[in-house]
Amino acid sequence: MKVGVLALQGAVSEHIRSIESTGAEGVAVKQPEQLLDVDGLIIPGGESTTIGKLMRKYGFIEAVRQFSSEGKPLFGTCAGLIVMAKEIEGGEEPHLGVMDISVSRNAFGRQRESFETDLEVKGLEEPLRAVFIRAPLITAVGDGVEALSTYNDEIVTARQGHLLVSSFHPELTDDVALHKYFTEMIQASKSASK
Amino acid sequence: METGTSRVKRGMAEMQKGGVIMDVMNAEQAKIAEAAGATAVMALERVPSDIRAAGGVARMADPTIVEEVMKVVSIPVMAKARIGHYVEAKVLESLGVDYLDESEVLTPADEVFHIDKRDFTVPFVCGAKDLGEALRRISEGASMIRTKGEPGTGNIVEAVRHMRLINSQIRSVQSMSKDELYAEAKNLGVAYDLLLEVHENGKLPVVNFAAGGVATPADAALMMHLGSDGVFVGSGIFKSENPEKFARAIVEATTHYTDYKLIAEVSKNLGTPMKGIEISKLTPAERMSDRGW
Repeated sequence: MKVGVLALQGAVSEHIRSIESTGAEGVAVKQPEQLLDVDGLIIPGGESTTIGKLMRKYGFIEAVRQFSSEGKPLFGTCAGLIVMAKEIEGGEEPHLGVMDISVSRNAFGRQRESFETDLEVKGLEEPLRAVFIRAPLITAVGDGVEALSTYNDEIVTARQGHLLVSSFHPELTDDVALHKYFTEMIQASKSASK
Repeated sequence: METGTSRVKRGMAEMQKGGVIMDVMNAEQAKIAEAAGATAVMALERVPSDIRAAGGVARMADPTIVEEVMKVVSIPVMAKARIGHYVEAKVLESLGVDYLDESEVLTPADEVFHIDKRDFTVPFVCGAKDLGEALRRISEGASMIRTKGEPGTGNIVEAVRHMRLINSQIRSVQSMSKDELYAEAKNLGVAYDLLLEVHENGKLPVVNFAAGGVATPADAALMMHLGSDGVFVGSGIFKSENPEKFARAIVEATTHYTDYKLIAEVSKNLGTPMKGIEISKLTPAERMSDRGW
Protein backbone atom coordinates (compact mmCIF):
# COMPACT_ATOMS: atom_id res chain seq x y z
CA MET A 1 0.00 0.00 0.00
CA LYS A 2 1.31 3.44 -0.98
CA VAL A 3 0.22 6.50 0.99
CA GLY A 4 0.98 9.93 -0.46
CA VAL A 5 1.73 12.98 1.67
CA LEU A 6 1.10 16.29 -0.08
CA ALA A 7 4.57 17.88 -0.03
CA LEU A 8 4.04 21.55 -0.84
CA GLN A 9 4.67 22.90 2.66
CA GLY A 10 4.46 21.68 6.25
CA ALA A 11 5.15 18.57 8.34
CA VAL A 12 5.71 16.14 5.46
CA SER A 13 8.57 13.98 6.75
CA GLU A 14 6.78 13.42 10.10
CA HIS A 15 3.73 11.96 8.31
CA ILE A 16 5.93 9.79 6.10
CA ARG A 17 7.71 8.47 9.20
CA SER A 18 4.35 7.69 10.89
CA ILE A 19 2.98 5.98 7.79
CA GLU A 20 6.12 3.87 7.43
CA SER A 21 5.81 2.81 11.09
CA THR A 22 2.42 1.27 10.23
CA GLY A 23 4.15 -0.88 7.59
CA ALA A 24 2.80 1.00 4.55
CA GLU A 25 4.96 2.94 2.10
CA GLY A 26 4.98 6.75 2.39
CA VAL A 27 5.53 8.94 -0.67
CA ALA A 28 6.07 12.73 -0.82
CA VAL A 29 3.67 14.06 -3.49
CA LYS A 30 5.00 17.20 -5.22
CA GLN A 31 3.25 16.87 -8.61
CA PRO A 32 -0.45 16.07 -9.34
CA GLU A 33 0.57 13.18 -11.66
CA GLN A 34 1.96 11.33 -8.64
CA LEU A 35 -1.61 10.87 -7.35
CA LEU A 36 -2.05 8.09 -9.89
CA ASP A 37 0.49 6.01 -7.97
CA VAL A 38 -0.92 6.32 -4.44
CA ASP A 39 -3.86 4.65 -2.70
CA GLY A 40 -4.59 7.42 -0.21
CA LEU A 41 -3.42 10.98 0.46
CA ILE A 42 -2.51 12.86 3.64
CA ILE A 43 -2.74 16.64 3.63
CA PRO A 44 -0.35 17.66 6.40
CA GLY A 45 -0.23 20.43 8.94
CA GLY A 46 1.43 23.65 7.89
CA GLU A 47 -0.03 27.01 6.96
CA SER A 48 -3.36 26.49 5.20
CA THR A 49 -3.14 29.78 3.28
CA THR A 50 0.27 28.78 1.87
CA ILE A 51 -0.74 25.18 1.09
CA GLY A 52 -4.05 26.31 -0.50
CA LYS A 53 -2.28 28.87 -2.67
CA LEU A 54 0.34 26.39 -3.89
CA MET A 55 -2.35 23.74 -4.56
CA ARG A 56 -4.19 26.19 -6.81
CA LYS A 57 -1.00 27.24 -8.56
CA TYR A 58 0.07 23.68 -9.40
CA GLY A 59 -3.26 22.10 -10.38
CA PHE A 60 -3.78 20.13 -7.17
CA ILE A 61 -7.32 21.35 -6.48
CA GLU A 62 -8.90 19.54 -9.44
CA ALA A 63 -6.52 16.58 -9.18
CA VAL A 64 -7.30 15.90 -5.51
CA ARG A 65 -11.07 16.39 -6.04
CA GLN A 66 -10.86 13.79 -8.81
CA PHE A 67 -8.83 11.49 -6.52
CA SER A 68 -11.47 11.86 -3.81
CA SER A 69 -14.39 11.34 -6.22
CA GLU A 70 -12.90 7.92 -7.05
CA GLY A 71 -13.42 7.03 -3.38
CA LYS A 72 -9.73 7.15 -2.53
CA PRO A 73 -9.22 8.15 1.10
CA LEU A 74 -7.98 11.58 2.24
CA PHE A 75 -6.67 12.44 5.70
CA GLY A 76 -6.24 16.10 6.65
CA THR A 77 -4.47 17.17 9.84
CA CYS A 78 -4.77 20.74 11.15
CA ALA A 79 -4.10 22.85 8.03
CA GLY A 80 -5.12 19.79 5.98
CA LEU A 81 -8.51 19.80 7.76
CA ILE A 82 -9.00 23.45 6.75
CA VAL A 83 -7.99 22.67 3.16
CA MET A 84 -10.60 19.87 2.97
CA ALA A 85 -13.52 21.78 4.57
CA LYS A 86 -16.52 22.97 2.59
CA GLU A 87 -16.78 26.13 4.63
CA ILE A 88 -14.16 28.28 6.38
CA GLU A 89 -15.58 30.75 8.88
CA GLY A 90 -14.71 34.39 8.33
CA GLY A 91 -15.54 34.31 4.63
CA GLU A 92 -12.27 32.82 3.43
CA GLU A 93 -12.52 31.01 0.08
CA PRO A 94 -12.65 27.21 0.65
CA HIS A 95 -9.79 25.23 -0.92
CA LEU A 96 -10.72 21.63 -1.79
CA GLY A 97 -14.17 21.88 -0.24
CA VAL A 98 -14.64 18.10 -0.35
CA MET A 99 -15.83 17.46 3.20
CA ASP A 100 -19.14 18.61 4.60
CA ILE A 101 -17.79 20.51 7.62
CA SER A 102 -17.40 24.13 8.70
CA VAL A 103 -14.17 25.13 10.39
CA SER A 104 -12.99 28.00 12.49
CA ARG A 105 -9.27 28.75 12.03
CA ASN A 106 -6.95 29.41 15.01
CA ALA A 107 -9.98 28.62 17.17
CA PHE A 108 -8.01 28.11 20.37
CA GLY A 109 -6.08 31.37 20.05
CA ARG A 110 -2.44 32.12 19.35
CA GLN A 111 0.67 29.96 19.83
CA ARG A 112 0.81 30.56 23.61
CA GLU A 113 -2.57 28.80 23.84
CA SER A 114 -1.32 25.76 21.88
CA PHE A 115 -1.35 22.59 24.00
CA GLU A 116 -1.19 18.82 24.22
CA THR A 117 -3.64 16.51 25.97
CA ASP A 118 -4.84 12.89 26.11
CA LEU A 119 -7.77 12.32 23.82
CA GLU A 120 -10.24 9.46 23.35
CA VAL A 121 -10.94 8.76 19.69
CA LYS A 122 -13.82 6.50 18.62
CA GLY A 123 -12.42 3.44 16.86
CA LEU A 124 -9.05 3.56 18.68
CA GLU A 125 -8.42 1.30 21.65
CA GLU A 126 -6.26 3.65 23.70
CA PRO A 127 -6.48 7.43 24.18
CA LEU A 128 -3.81 9.18 22.16
CA ARG A 129 -1.59 12.15 22.95
CA ALA A 130 -3.01 14.95 20.84
CA VAL A 131 -0.86 18.00 20.03
CA PHE A 132 -2.91 21.10 19.12
CA ILE A 133 -0.92 23.93 17.49
CA ARG A 134 -2.85 27.08 16.59
CA ALA A 135 -5.49 24.49 15.83
CA PRO A 136 -8.81 24.82 13.98
CA LEU A 137 -12.15 23.52 15.27
CA ILE A 138 -14.99 21.86 13.43
CA THR A 139 -17.98 24.08 14.18
CA ALA A 140 -20.67 22.32 12.12
CA VAL A 141 -21.01 19.00 10.33
CA GLY A 142 -23.36 17.87 7.57
CA ASP A 143 -25.28 14.61 7.31
CA GLY A 144 -23.02 11.64 6.95
CA VAL A 145 -20.20 13.18 8.98
CA GLU A 146 -19.39 11.33 12.17
CA ALA A 147 -17.60 13.03 15.08
CA LEU A 148 -14.85 10.67 16.31
CA SER A 149 -13.63 12.81 19.19
CA THR A 150 -14.40 16.00 21.02
CA TYR A 151 -12.41 18.32 23.24
CA ASN A 152 -14.44 20.53 25.63
CA ASP A 153 -17.54 19.51 23.63
CA GLU A 154 -16.06 20.75 20.35
CA ILE A 155 -15.40 18.34 17.48
CA VAL A 156 -11.69 17.73 16.82
CA THR A 157 -11.74 14.49 14.80
CA ALA A 158 -14.32 13.54 12.18
CA ARG A 159 -14.99 11.09 9.37
CA GLN A 160 -17.23 11.20 6.33
CA GLY A 161 -16.93 7.90 4.45
CA HIS A 162 -13.44 7.92 2.93
CA LEU A 163 -12.54 11.33 4.40
CA LEU A 164 -10.79 11.71 7.77
CA VAL A 165 -9.76 14.93 9.54
CA SER A 166 -8.17 15.91 12.85
CA SER A 167 -7.57 19.37 14.36
CA PHE A 168 -4.44 18.07 16.09
CA HIS A 169 -1.13 16.62 14.88
CA PRO A 170 -0.94 12.81 15.22
CA GLU A 171 2.35 12.98 13.25
CA LEU A 172 4.15 14.74 16.13
CA THR A 173 4.10 11.74 18.47
CA ASP A 174 5.29 8.14 18.18
CA ASP A 175 1.71 6.85 18.56
CA VAL A 176 0.63 5.87 15.04
CA ALA A 177 -2.84 4.54 15.92
CA LEU A 178 -4.68 7.17 13.86
CA HIS A 179 -2.37 6.60 10.88
CA LYS A 180 -3.08 2.88 11.26
CA TYR A 181 -6.81 3.68 11.28
CA PHE A 182 -6.31 5.62 8.01
CA THR A 183 -4.43 2.73 6.36
CA GLU A 184 -7.38 0.48 7.30
CA MET A 185 -9.71 2.95 5.53
CA ILE A 186 -7.44 2.68 2.47
CA GLN A 187 -7.45 -1.11 2.67
CA ALA A 188 -11.27 -1.11 2.78
CA SER A 189 -11.51 1.25 -0.21
CA LYS A 190 -9.09 -0.92 -2.20
CA SER A 191 -11.12 -4.07 -1.47
CA ALA A 192 -14.37 -2.26 -2.36
CA SER A 193 -13.03 -1.10 -5.74
CA LYS A 194 -11.90 -4.57 -6.76
CA MET B 1 -3.91 19.84 29.23
CA GLU B 2 -0.41 21.34 29.00
CA THR B 3 0.76 24.45 27.15
CA GLY B 4 4.31 25.45 26.23
CA THR B 5 5.71 21.88 26.20
CA SER B 6 8.76 21.24 24.08
CA ARG B 7 6.59 19.16 21.69
CA VAL B 8 4.15 22.03 21.23
CA LYS B 9 6.98 24.55 20.71
CA ARG B 10 9.07 22.42 18.36
CA GLY B 11 5.94 21.23 16.55
CA MET B 12 5.03 24.82 15.76
CA ALA B 13 8.40 25.19 13.96
CA GLU B 14 7.84 21.91 12.12
CA MET B 15 4.62 23.34 10.67
CA GLN B 16 6.75 26.07 9.06
CA LYS B 17 8.87 23.59 7.09
CA GLY B 18 9.27 24.21 3.38
CA GLY B 19 8.01 27.73 3.98
CA VAL B 20 9.24 31.29 3.75
CA ILE B 21 9.15 33.66 6.74
CA MET B 22 9.23 37.30 5.70
CA ASP B 23 10.33 40.48 7.49
CA VAL B 24 7.60 43.15 7.46
CA MET B 25 7.54 46.68 8.87
CA ASN B 26 3.81 47.44 8.83
CA ALA B 27 0.33 45.99 8.31
CA GLU B 28 0.33 46.64 4.58
CA GLN B 29 3.56 44.69 4.03
CA ALA B 30 2.26 41.89 6.26
CA LYS B 31 -0.81 41.53 4.02
CA ILE B 32 1.38 41.42 0.91
CA ALA B 33 3.55 38.71 2.51
CA GLU B 34 0.51 36.62 3.52
CA ALA B 35 -1.06 36.95 0.07
CA ALA B 36 2.21 35.84 -1.52
CA GLY B 37 2.18 32.61 0.53
CA ALA B 38 4.51 33.40 3.47
CA THR B 39 4.11 30.85 6.30
CA ALA B 40 4.81 33.54 8.92
CA VAL B 41 5.89 37.15 9.17
CA MET B 42 8.55 38.78 11.36
CA ALA B 43 7.26 42.15 12.58
CA LEU B 44 10.06 44.72 12.73
CA GLU B 45 10.55 48.44 13.01
CA ARG B 46 13.36 48.37 10.44
CA VAL B 47 14.70 45.62 8.18
CA PRO B 48 18.35 44.62 8.72
CA SER B 49 19.74 46.69 5.83
CA ASP B 50 18.12 49.81 7.31
CA ILE B 51 19.44 48.91 10.75
CA ARG B 52 22.92 48.76 9.21
CA ALA B 53 22.43 52.10 7.49
CA ALA B 54 21.02 53.81 10.57
CA GLY B 55 23.71 52.62 13.01
CA GLY B 56 23.25 53.17 16.76
CA VAL B 57 21.49 50.74 19.08
CA ALA B 58 18.78 48.55 17.50
CA ARG B 59 16.05 47.42 19.92
CA MET B 60 12.76 45.51 20.02
CA ALA B 61 10.12 47.03 17.71
CA ASP B 62 7.46 49.44 18.95
CA PRO B 63 4.63 47.19 20.25
CA THR B 64 2.18 49.18 18.10
CA ILE B 65 3.78 47.77 14.94
CA VAL B 66 3.67 44.23 16.30
CA GLU B 67 0.00 44.55 17.31
CA GLU B 68 -0.93 46.14 14.02
CA VAL B 69 0.63 43.21 12.12
CA MET B 70 -1.05 40.61 14.40
CA LYS B 71 -4.41 42.22 13.71
CA VAL B 72 -4.28 41.93 9.91
CA VAL B 73 -2.86 38.46 9.22
CA SER B 74 -4.01 34.95 10.17
CA ILE B 75 -0.53 33.40 9.78
CA PRO B 76 1.84 33.34 12.77
CA VAL B 77 3.62 36.56 13.75
CA MET B 78 7.19 36.54 15.03
CA ALA B 79 9.17 39.37 16.62
CA LYS B 80 12.78 40.00 17.62
CA ALA B 81 14.24 40.62 21.06
CA ARG B 82 17.86 41.57 21.73
CA ILE B 83 20.27 38.77 22.73
CA GLY B 84 20.01 38.40 26.51
CA HIS B 85 17.11 40.86 26.84
CA TYR B 86 14.71 38.81 28.99
CA VAL B 87 12.29 41.71 29.45
CA GLU B 88 11.94 42.56 25.75
CA ALA B 89 11.14 38.88 25.18
CA LYS B 90 8.57 38.81 28.02
CA VAL B 91 6.97 42.01 26.69
CA LEU B 92 6.61 40.50 23.22
CA GLU B 93 5.22 37.28 24.70
CA SER B 94 2.63 39.28 26.63
CA LEU B 95 1.46 40.85 23.35
CA GLY B 96 0.67 37.35 22.07
CA VAL B 97 3.48 37.06 19.52
CA ASP B 98 3.62 33.46 18.21
CA TYR B 99 7.40 33.06 18.01
CA LEU B 100 10.34 35.04 19.38
CA ASP B 101 13.68 35.55 17.66
CA GLU B 102 16.56 36.22 20.04
CA SER B 103 18.40 38.01 17.30
CA GLU B 104 21.90 39.23 16.53
CA VAL B 105 20.31 41.71 14.09
CA LEU B 106 19.50 43.82 17.16
CA THR B 107 22.26 45.16 19.41
CA PRO B 108 22.99 42.55 22.12
CA ALA B 109 21.84 43.50 25.63
CA ASP B 110 24.10 40.92 27.27
CA GLU B 111 27.53 39.87 26.04
CA VAL B 112 27.71 36.75 28.21
CA PHE B 113 24.28 35.25 28.77
CA HIS B 114 21.53 34.41 26.34
CA ILE B 115 17.88 34.37 27.48
CA ASP B 116 16.70 31.31 29.45
CA LYS B 117 14.20 30.35 26.80
CA ARG B 118 12.72 27.48 28.82
CA ASP B 119 11.09 30.10 30.99
CA PHE B 120 8.64 31.02 28.18
CA THR B 121 5.41 29.51 26.87
CA VAL B 122 6.12 30.92 23.42
CA PRO B 123 8.84 29.21 21.36
CA PHE B 124 12.14 30.80 20.31
CA VAL B 125 14.25 30.74 17.17
CA CYS B 126 17.96 31.56 17.49
CA GLY B 127 20.79 32.06 15.02
CA ALA B 128 23.85 29.80 14.81
CA LYS B 129 27.07 29.73 12.80
CA ASP B 130 28.08 26.19 13.74
CA LEU B 131 26.88 23.04 15.50
CA GLY B 132 28.19 24.10 18.92
CA GLU B 133 26.27 27.36 18.83
CA ALA B 134 23.11 25.59 17.61
CA LEU B 135 23.22 23.02 20.43
CA ARG B 136 23.95 25.65 23.10
CA ARG B 137 20.86 27.57 22.01
CA ILE B 138 18.79 24.36 22.03
CA SER B 139 20.04 23.64 25.59
CA GLU B 140 18.76 27.06 26.59
CA GLY B 141 15.37 26.12 25.13
CA ALA B 142 15.41 27.27 21.48
CA SER B 143 12.80 25.32 19.46
CA MET B 144 14.09 26.31 16.05
CA ILE B 145 17.54 27.22 14.67
CA ARG B 146 18.45 29.41 11.72
CA THR B 147 21.80 30.25 10.20
CA LYS B 148 23.03 33.69 11.15
CA GLY B 149 24.33 34.49 7.69
CA GLU B 150 25.17 38.16 7.44
CA PRO B 151 21.83 40.00 7.70
CA GLY B 152 21.04 43.02 5.58
CA THR B 153 23.85 42.42 3.09
CA GLY B 154 21.92 40.67 0.31
CA ASN B 155 24.97 38.39 0.17
CA ILE B 156 24.29 34.67 0.63
CA VAL B 157 27.90 33.61 1.23
CA GLU B 158 27.79 33.62 5.04
CA ALA B 159 24.50 31.68 5.25
CA VAL B 160 26.02 29.09 2.90
CA ARG B 161 29.13 28.90 5.07
CA HIS B 162 27.06 28.38 8.25
CA MET B 163 24.71 25.78 6.74
CA ARG B 164 27.59 23.82 5.22
CA LEU B 165 29.56 23.92 8.46
CA ILE B 166 26.62 22.75 10.60
CA ASN B 167 25.89 19.90 8.19
CA SER B 168 29.49 18.76 7.91
CA GLN B 169 29.86 18.85 11.70
CA ILE B 170 26.68 16.74 12.02
CA ARG B 171 28.12 14.17 9.59
CA SER B 172 31.35 14.06 11.53
CA VAL B 173 29.51 13.58 14.85
CA GLN B 174 27.44 10.81 13.27
CA SER B 175 30.57 8.87 12.34
CA MET B 176 32.18 9.12 15.80
CA SER B 177 32.31 6.26 18.26
CA LYS B 178 30.47 6.80 21.54
CA ASP B 179 33.68 7.36 23.53
CA GLU B 180 34.79 10.06 21.09
CA LEU B 181 31.54 11.92 21.70
CA TYR B 182 32.56 12.90 25.26
CA ALA B 183 35.64 14.72 23.97
CA GLU B 184 33.66 16.25 21.13
CA ALA B 185 31.05 17.57 23.59
CA LYS B 186 33.90 19.30 25.41
CA ASN B 187 35.39 20.65 22.13
CA LEU B 188 32.07 22.04 20.97
CA GLY B 189 31.08 23.29 24.42
CA VAL B 190 27.76 21.44 24.36
CA ALA B 191 25.76 19.02 26.53
CA TYR B 192 26.70 15.37 25.92
CA ASP B 193 23.05 14.20 25.76
CA LEU B 194 22.21 16.59 22.95
CA LEU B 195 25.31 15.58 21.02
CA LEU B 196 24.34 11.93 21.44
CA GLU B 197 20.94 12.75 19.94
CA VAL B 198 22.65 14.30 16.90
CA HIS B 199 24.94 11.26 16.66
CA GLU B 200 21.95 8.89 16.66
CA ASN B 201 19.58 10.85 14.38
CA GLY B 202 22.02 12.58 12.02
CA LYS B 203 20.21 15.89 12.36
CA LEU B 204 19.51 18.67 14.81
CA PRO B 205 16.66 17.91 17.24
CA VAL B 206 14.79 21.00 15.94
CA VAL B 207 14.21 22.42 12.46
CA ASN B 208 16.98 24.45 10.87
CA PHE B 209 16.14 27.37 8.57
CA ALA B 210 18.37 29.57 6.41
CA ALA B 211 18.64 33.27 7.18
CA GLY B 212 20.91 36.23 6.62
CA GLY B 213 21.55 37.35 3.05
CA VAL B 214 18.81 35.63 0.99
CA ALA B 215 18.19 38.13 -1.85
CA THR B 216 16.81 36.14 -4.83
CA PRO B 217 14.59 33.08 -5.54
CA ALA B 218 17.74 31.19 -6.56
CA ASP B 219 19.36 32.06 -3.20
CA ALA B 220 16.36 30.57 -1.38
CA ALA B 221 16.50 27.42 -3.54
CA LEU B 222 20.26 27.11 -2.95
CA MET B 223 19.71 27.08 0.81
CA MET B 224 17.03 24.37 0.42
CA HIS B 225 19.46 22.39 -1.75
CA LEU B 226 22.00 22.61 1.08
CA GLY B 227 19.49 21.05 3.48
CA SER B 228 17.62 23.98 5.03
CA ASP B 229 14.12 23.20 6.29
CA GLY B 230 12.88 26.61 5.10
CA VAL B 231 13.95 30.20 4.59
CA PHE B 232 13.82 33.58 6.34
CA VAL B 233 13.92 36.56 4.00
CA GLY B 234 14.70 39.88 5.65
CA SER B 235 15.56 42.92 3.64
CA GLY B 236 15.36 41.00 0.32
CA ILE B 237 11.64 41.43 -0.31
CA PHE B 238 10.63 44.91 0.70
CA LYS B 239 13.93 46.41 -0.51
CA SER B 240 13.34 45.01 -4.01
CA GLU B 241 11.59 46.92 -6.79
CA ASN B 242 8.44 44.79 -6.90
CA PRO B 243 7.91 43.22 -3.43
CA GLU B 244 4.68 41.39 -4.31
CA LYS B 245 6.10 39.57 -7.30
CA PHE B 246 9.39 39.03 -5.53
CA ALA B 247 7.71 37.46 -2.50
CA ARG B 248 5.67 35.04 -4.66
CA ALA B 249 8.79 34.08 -6.61
CA ILE B 250 10.72 33.26 -3.43
CA VAL B 251 7.84 31.12 -2.11
CA GLU B 252 7.64 29.10 -5.33
CA ALA B 253 11.40 28.67 -5.63
CA THR B 254 11.50 27.39 -2.03
CA THR B 255 8.70 24.85 -2.60
CA HIS B 256 10.13 23.59 -5.90
CA TYR B 257 13.81 24.12 -5.25
CA THR B 258 14.92 21.34 -7.60
CA ASP B 259 12.71 22.53 -10.50
CA TYR B 260 15.22 24.79 -12.24
CA LYS B 261 12.94 25.66 -15.16
CA LEU B 262 10.36 26.92 -12.71
CA ILE B 263 12.98 28.96 -10.86
CA ALA B 264 14.05 30.46 -14.21
CA GLU B 265 10.42 31.30 -14.94
CA VAL B 266 9.73 33.01 -11.60
CA SER B 267 13.06 34.88 -11.77
CA LYS B 268 12.12 36.69 -14.99
CA ASN B 269 11.60 40.46 -14.86
CA LEU B 270 11.72 40.69 -11.10
CA GLY B 271 13.35 44.11 -11.28
CA THR B 272 16.41 45.04 -9.31
CA PRO B 273 16.98 43.00 -6.14
CA MET B 274 18.33 44.78 -3.10
CA LYS B 275 21.82 46.19 -3.47
CA GLY B 276 24.33 43.77 -1.96
CA ILE B 277 27.40 44.32 0.22
CA GLU B 278 30.69 42.48 -0.20
CA ILE B 279 31.36 40.81 3.19
CA SER B 280 35.08 41.74 3.23
CA LYS B 281 34.06 45.40 3.11
CA LEU B 282 32.42 45.09 6.54
CA THR B 283 34.51 46.03 9.56
CA PRO B 284 34.51 43.50 12.43
CA ALA B 285 32.17 45.79 14.38
CA GLU B 286 29.70 45.73 11.47
CA ARG B 287 29.49 41.94 11.37
CA MET B 288 26.23 40.94 13.06
CA SER B 289 27.06 37.23 12.85
CA ASP B 290 29.81 37.63 15.46
CA ARG B 291 27.27 38.68 18.09
CA GLY B 292 26.38 35.93 20.58
CA TRP B 293 28.51 32.83 21.20
